[in-house]
Amino acid sequence: MSLRIIVLLAVLTGTIGSPRPEADSADMKAHPNSVPETAEKTKSFVQQEVLVVEKAEENVMATGELNVNHYPARRAAQVVQHYLNTRYGSPYRLLQVDKVHRGNAEDVADSGRKYKLEISVMDFISNITDKCSAEILFPRGEQQRSPQVQALCEEPLKINTKAQEEALYQQYKMNSSLLSAQYLPDSYGHIEPDMKPFWHLSIVAASFIMLNESSEDTLYNVAQVANITQLATENDQLKFDCHVLLHEMVSQEIIHWKLLFTWSPPDGVKVLQMEQLPHRHEGEKPPNTN
Amino acid sequence: METKTITVWILGLFQLILSSVLETSNSSFVESLESTQSYDYSKYHSMDEIYRWMQDVERGNPELVSSAVYGHTYEGRNITLLKLGLEDPEGREKKVIWVDCGIHAREWIAPAFCQWFVKEIVNSYKTNKKLEQMLQNLDVYVTPVINVDGYIFTWANDSTRLWRKSRSTPPAGSSCYGVDLNRNFNANWGMVGVSFDSCANNYGGKSPGSEPEAKAVMDFVGRMVNQTLCFLTIHSAGQLILMPYGHPEISAPNYDELVSVGEAAAVKMKKVHGMGYTVGTSPQILYPNTGSSRDWARLIGIPFSYTFELRDKGEFSHLLPEEQIQPACEEAYAGALSIITYVHEKTFNSSTLPNASVFRVAMMIWSTVMAVSLTTGVMM
Repeated sequence: MSLRIIVLLAVLTGTIGSPRPEADSADMKAHPNSVPETAEKTKSFVQQEVLVVEKAEENVMATGELNVNHYPARRAAQVVQHYLNTRYGSPYRLLQVDKVHRGNAEDVADSGRKYKLEISVMDFISNITDKCSAEILFPRGEQQRSPQVQALCEEPLKINTKAQEEALYQQYKMNSSLLSAQYLPDSYGHIEPDMKPFWHLSIVAASFIMLNESSEDTLYNVAQVANITQLATENDQLKFDCHVLLHEMVSQEIIHWKLLFTWSPPDGVKVLQMEQLPHRHEGEKPPNTN
Repeated sequence: METKTITVWILGLFQLILSSVLETSNSSFVESLESTQSYDYSKYHSMDEIYRWMQDVERGNPELVSSAVYGHTYEGRNITLLKLGLEDPEGREKKVIWVDCGIHAREWIAPAFCQWFVKEIVNSYKTNKKLEQMLQNLDVYVTPVINVDGYIFTWANDSTRLWRKSRSTPPAGSSCYGVDLNRNFNANWGMVGVSFDSCANNYGGKSPGSEPEAKAVMDFVGRMVNQTLCFLTIHSAGQLILMPYGHPEISAPNYDELVSVGEAAAVKMKKVHGMGYTVGTSPQILYPNTGSSRDWARLIGIPFSYTFELRDKGEFSHLLPEEQIQPACEEAYAGALSIITYVHEKTFNSSTLPNASVFRVAMMIWSTVMAVSLTTGVMM
């Protein structure tokens, strides 16, 4: 009798007395690789359908309020970045999109598509951010025309770079030897501190190109300055010949451009000539970067 | 007498040989350990250095690391992975985590991250109980450089640094080398965001899996698909965590979960150095594209598949300065670990089960003993 009690107790303890792991409710989800085929498939088919509808809506050219994380707003903001750098960029000031706060896009009958954005931009060098509102019109039509931008920032010239610019200008105006530098940055991402202002200057000049070339289907950045050479001038400008490599994100292409531009602190950057270099194929000789 | 002398000599010789063999293997073990300790993970390394490093890591950590050559590049070089895993004390089937870097040649921060990732695990698993447990349940396969030919090409000289594709020879009638390996996978191949012009940087090749590098991954991972929980493919740049699919009209069945796991990873990444990573599908936050490795992985049934686009957001793009290698890798490690941990917990969340069953048995015995003593005590 007592033996039976013991056995009963043992059995009871075994089944009730111990903590139960909470895996039970997780059941199918806990083992993604052992999901019963049919059930999951039906579920996924339904989910798939729902999402396809949502996606289709989003994909019909983004109109109305834009998702600030999605690419249409991001690309339009980049255009504003290029525009701002053509206006305010210098060897000591270079702006980058920091955040898109709000965006809106709408078709403008016959002329194109207009974006309205609220963004923050950050100065590479000082890390100071500024708020801007901008309107970008991407023209539609037979020809590929450049976007038109209007932008207003709160304090674009907040950081006073006049002294540094003047010092740089004087140094290279007076210098008997002309500047020549290559591969900024180099393969390891390195730029000599003395050359950084010229890296910035080349990006400012390239911003004119990037602004001109931009569309809703592109996202441009300067990948590298292959070469920058100072040329002698008779006037008060500093003059440079520069070979830049642009990275276009959507096609993932590296596009080569040659630029001739001038700079002085009061006049900023003025591009005299720009020329796209042909897409080099393996068999062809690289353009003379010297 | 003579036999004894000969025997002594033979024994002595044998001992000498044995001890020298042991010494060399031991010293190469020590050497390997030392060289991986002195390896500079904050510098970019050439392919030769990476191959040598893989050997050193394996030799220096034999209980954790093994290697495998699972394919050859177009130019015939080894595509090598490191497998990180510990013996499962329960002897159960290991699940698989896949991490690959360097599909695109110019994205140097990606191979740098794969090396960092291995280093972190090697250096911390002995003192990190959670990591140790995960390594008992999981095998983590890491390929530091998939596109070896392309990577080597970017090291040739200053003008080749920005090469992206593989180095396959031009097709008939063309003079352009290379295929964009991340458009060559068998996942809606050739449909969108890809070019059929061999000179284009997103040329998808002549057919899905036509490229040996892509085929190697598909063959190897394909054989392990039933055990594979997670597929992470590392790129630069843009600071994005991309989910499947690249085709704008196809959604993963576990879209919501992919978003939440991705967002959780982005939160962890931001905590490290304040850098923001955006989470979404490629057509949402970057551009539509098909034929990517991430899409292929999700399509064959691997539930968690992500592309990491590491630093930066355009200042340096692919030419990320070496002083940013460490912070970029630290945040990427946090993100990768976040996803791997989630996937592990989800699969092995009854990871206390083995202990629980032991506990149950113990409880049963104890209760029985108590019951017996009580009953007999009562009796007595």
